[in-house]
Amino acid sequence: MPVKIYRSIWGNIFIFIFLGLLACFMALPLVFTISMAFKPIDELFLYPPRFFVMKPTLKNFRDLFSIMGNSLVPFTRFLFNSIIIGVIGTVGHVIIASMAAYPLAKKKFPGSTIIFQIIVLSLMFNAYVTGIPRFVILSKLGWLNDYKALILPGVASSLGLYLMRQFMTQVPDAYIESARIEGAGEFRTLWYAVMPLVKPAWLTLSLLSFIGFWGDTGSPALYITNEALKTLPLALSYIQAGGIARTGATAATGLLMMIPPILFFILSQSSMIDTMKTAGLKE
Amino acid sequence: MQTQTGLSVSSNAAARPDFSQKLQRLWRDMKKNKAMYGLMAPYMILFTLFTVLPVATSIFLSFTYYNIIEPPRFIGWENYKLLLLDDDVFLIAVKNTLMFAFITGPLSYFGALLLAWFINELKPKVRAVATLLFYAPSISANVFFIWTYIFQADSYGFVNSSLMRLGIIKEPVAWLQKPEYNLYIIMLVALWMSLGTGFLAFIAGFQNIDKTLYEAGAIDGIKNRWQELYLITLPSMAPQLVFAAVLQIAASFAVSDVAAQLAGFPSPLYSAHTIVLHMVDYGNIRYEMGYASAIAVVLFSITVAFGQFARRVIKAD
Repeated sequence: MPVKIYRSIWGNIFIFIFLGLLACFMALPLVFTISMAFKPIDELFLYPPRFFVMKPTLKNFRDLFSIMGNSLVPFTRFLFNSIIIGVIGTVGHVIIASMAAYPLAKKKFPGSTIIFQIIVLSLMFNAYVTGIPRFVILSKLGWLNDYKALILPGVASSLGLYLMRQFMTQVPDAYIESARIEGAGEFRTLWYAVMPLVKPAWLTLSLLSFIGFWGDTGSPALYITNEALKTLPLALSYIQAGGIARTGATAATGLLMMIPPILFFILSQSSMIDTMKTAGLKE
Repeated sequence: MQTQTGLSVSSNAAARPDFSQKLQRLWRDMKKNKAMYGLMAPYMILFTLFTVLPVATSIFLSFTYYNIIEPPRFIGWENYKLLLLDDDVFLIAVKNTLMFAFITGPLSYFGALLLAWFINELKPKVRAVATLLFYAPSISANVFFIWTYIFQADSYGFVNSSLMRLGIIKEPVAWLQKPEYNLYIIMLVALWMSLGTGFLAFIAGFQNIDKTLYEAGAIDGIKNRWQELYLITLPSMAPQLVFAAVLQIAASFAVSDVAAQLAGFPSPLYSAHTIVLHMVDYGNIRYEMGYASAIAVVLFSITVAFGQFARRVIKAD
C-alpha cells in the first residue's frame, strides 16, 4: 500500500504505548466487574480487598437466578422481551432513519432545511421532561402496556437520522446520478447505491441503537405495568436495589447485561472489516 | 406625485400575482419531490408524535403550575423568575454542569478523536479489539456502579486500601461523600464512560474516507501523519466532527445518572448536583412539572447556544 510510506517507527511505538496504557485504564473496572462476579462471599468482603478473584465460584449467578425465580414471571420471559424489542427496534430504526436521512442529505426541497434544523435541535432537548407528555400520547393511542410503547419512540430517535444524514452527505453526487440514469427510483437508489457505500454508518448505528434499546430502563418503567412485558434491565435493577448483601449478584448482573451488546459489537465489527477489504468509497 | 402613485399601484398589483406565483412554484417543487416526502413520512410521523409534540407540550407547561393531578394553571414567567433569580440550588447545579461542559466535554471529544485516529492506524483485526476495549465502558450503561466499590468510603474500598497500604492516608476517606472530592471523581468516571457515540462515529468516519485521497496526498508530498490528519482526514470528516460535537455538548449538559449513583441523590450539600438532577428533583420527587419543564427549557437554550456555536465553528452542515 503506497499510503503507508510516511509512517515513522517512533510514531508507531508512541501510539502503541499510549493506547496500551489507556486501554488498561479503560478496561480496569470491567475486569474488576468480571472478577467480582465470580468472587465467593468471603472474598467480596475480604480485608485488604483483592483485585482478582482467587477461588472463582458461580454462586453469584445461582443467587441471581434464585432471586429472579421468586418473581411472578420467569426470567426467560424478560430476556425474550428484551431481545424482541432490541432486534425489532434496531432494524426499524436503521431502515426508517436511513429513508428519512437520504432526502435530507442529498436533496433540496421545500422544508428540507427547517426539518433538518428541528431534528438537530431536538437532540439537545433533555428527554426527561418529555416523559410525561409522551406517556399521555401513548395512553391516548392505547399503546401503554404494549411492545409498541417500548419500540416506536426509539425507532424515531433523532440520533440515528442525524448520523445517517451526516454520512450520506459524503456520498458523491455523481454516484447517485449514475444510479438514476440507470433508471432506479429514489428508493432503489437509496437501497442499492447509497446504503452499501455508507455501510460503516449503519453498522455503527445498529450497534448504538441495539445498546440503546437493550439498556433502556426509563421507558419500560414508565409505560409498562404488566410484569410479563417488562425487560431485563428493569428486572435486574430490582436486584441492584437489594443493597450491599447483593454485591456479588449485582456484579453478576452487570456482567450478564454486557454480554449481548458485546456479541452485537463483535458481529458488527467483523462485517466492518469485511467492508474494508472489499471496497472503499471511490468516485 | 402622480408618477409615484402610479408606480406604487403597479408594484402592488405586481406583488399579488408574484405571491401566488411563489405559491405555485412551491407547490410544483413539492410535487416534483413527492418521492422525498414519501421516504421521510414514516420517520416524520413518529418523530412528530414522540418528540415534537412532547417537546412543545413541555415548553407550554413551563409557563404553568402543573402538579400532574390538577390541570395546568397558566402563570406566565413565574417559573423562570423563580428559577433564575431565587433558586440558589439551581446556581450550584449550573456551576457543576458547566464543569462537565467545559472540562469533561472537550477532553472527551478531543480524546475520542485522537484515540479513534490512533486506532485507525492499527490493522483491521487489532483495531476491532482495541475499539471494543475502549468502547466497552459505554456498552453496558449501568456498569459504572463498579466505581462505587472502587471508591468505597470504608477501608474495604479499593482506593482507600491501596492508599493506606502505601501510607499516603491513615484513615479511609469517604471520597464520594466529601464535597471537595466527589465532583472530580464523577468527572473522571464520566470521562471514562463518555467515549461513546462520538468515538464510534469517528471510527466509522475514518473508514468512510475515500482512500484515493491519501494516495493523492502522498504523491503531493505530505510528509507525516500529522500533516495527513490536518490536511486530508479532518476536512473530509467534517460531517462526523460536527455530529460528535453536537452529541458531546448535549451529553455534557445532561450529566445526571453517574452523579446520582456515585454521590447519592441529593448529594451532600448539593456538591454533585447537576441541572438535570435539579429537574428530576422537581419533576419526580416534588411533582412540580411546570417548574421542571422551565428547567428543561433553560437547559435546552444553553445547550442549543453551545451546539449552534460548535456547528458554526466546524462549518459542515
